[in-house]
Amino acid sequence: MRSTVACLLFGLIAVYPSGCKREQRVFDPGSAGTQVADGVSLNSVQAGGSLPLPDVSKFEASAYAVGEGKRLYNAYNCVGCHAQGGGAIGPALMDSEWIYGSHPDQIYSTIVQGRPNGMPSFGGKLPDYQVWELVAYVRSMSGQLPSDVAPSRSDTMPVAKAEQARQKEHPSDQNEQRIQKAKP
Amino acid sequence: MSVTLMPIPGFPGNQTALNPAGPAAVHIEHTFALIFWITTTVYLLALAAVIYVVTRRRYQLTLMPEPLPTTKESDRVVTRAVAAAMVLTVMLLFVMMISSFITSRRIGRMNDQQALTIDVYGHQWWWEVQYPNEHEPFRIVTTANEIHVPVGTPIRIRGTSRDVIHSFWAPNIQGKRDLMPGYNTDVLMQVDQPGLWRGQCAEYCGLQHAHMSFYMVAESQTDFDNWMTMQIQPAVAPNNPQTQHGQQVFLTHACVMCHTIRGTTAGSRVGPDLTHLASRSTIAAGMLPNTVGNLGGWIMNPQSLKPGSRMPPNQISGTDLQDLLAYLETLR
Repeated sequence: MRSTVACLLFGLIAVYPSGCKREQRVFDPGSAGTQVADGVSLNSVQAGGSLPLPDVSKFEASAYAVGEGKRLYNAYNCVGCHAQGGGAIGPALMDSEWIYGSHPDQIYSTIVQGRPNGMPSFGGKLPDYQVWELVAYVRSMSGQLPSDVAPSRSDTMPVAKAEQARQKEHPSDQNEQRIQKAKP
Repeated sequence: MSVTLMPIPGFPGNQTALNPAGPAAVHIEHTFALIFWITTTVYLLALAAVIYVVTRRRYQLTLMPEPLPTTKESDRVVTRAVAAAMVLTVMLLFVMMISSFITSRRIGRMNDQQALTIDVYGHQWWWEVQYPNEHEPFRIVTTANEIHVPVGTPIRIRGTSRDVIHSFWAPNIQGKRDLMPGYNTDVLMQVDQPGLWRGQCAEYCGLQHAHMSFYMVAESQTDFDNWMTMQIQPAVAPNNPQTQHGQQVFLTHACVMCHTIRGTTAGSRVGPDLTHLASRSTIAAGMLPNTVGNLGGWIMNPQSLKPGSRMPPNQISGTDLQDLLAYLETLR
């Protein structure tokens, strides 16, 4: 009996911190969150040392941010080319194939800078935090986010399994050595 | 059966069902007044009876009263009194119920009329208003948060929602009608008194539900026709360097991702149509008067005015903002 209670208590304590972040909502990102979006380097060959990686955890751990990403994905007509992740004019986003990299910062750069033969550049048109919300949602499409954060249902008629229920895909660049911060 | 009851005192003004401005609201107000006066009278009578009994001072407070001696005669009197009160209560309840049926029937019968159709789409947290035109689709008028209607003409509000369930309610004109995503509902109404009638979302729809209001602008048929003619026009082209630059600011910043200005390349349908923004009296769904200052504050950071609103904060330099505002002010 006592051990059951202890287990429950431990479980609650373990769940508590992650549960908090999941529900965190930032409505007013302030001026820092609205910086004009800028690109990041795509590989480790970078003059003058590599750029620091931004902290994406506040977007990828927040169900609200991912849900917003899902809404923006439709509102900004990403569906027009990528469909609901299966791809059409543009490449699929729910599989393990990534032409320009599957890491959050790489997807971010793809959105901000645009890519040859079709992907427009959204730099200057979207506030920085919305791009990160889109990145988080795009990653949830191939099951890269924890299932408590990924969206569980669509507002429209579902055409595929909910993001939450998807198998995690394993992009080939996932285990590559990522850019290290330059050591002084 | 048309009984005119005394209006209920103390509730004049806008956004109240007790100051009807159209036939549907008049029917509703009648039923309400009937129920109000019946229940008020019964309440006052019952209260008077209690006060009378309590203040008779038949006994001293320190003594435990003996039960009243009863006779067969007194029992009969009491039984009859209780029975009569019950019969009266049931009859009054029936009067109220039948009056409610009659009102529902009258309002329902309004639906048979030929009417001017206006499409209303509920959004989190604003109203999209469209005047459909089946034969000339290029003459469809789209606006937001302001519904212009001709006085004395039946109007059919055909509503649906773009996201969650909302409810369309202009209390001075008609009862509520829920707007359901993926489903059309319609409600017939008519405004008999010219003026600005405020309405609001009446179904909790998220953070800014309380700031989701609209105005029904009831005006004469001529004014309405003039308004329509003006709204059908595309936006005026900017005619001086400042407004020309303002238009460029609009088209090269985040604005263009969500808003439409007909006559330019901005054609997104996520946010309100801004083609005739300056002709509207409020911004942010009736929350703020449409002045240059409010508009500037709203563009820079809507989240500080209406937290959770779908519009993001914008990073625009001071001169760019001034030019943008100058341009938006020309959109009459």
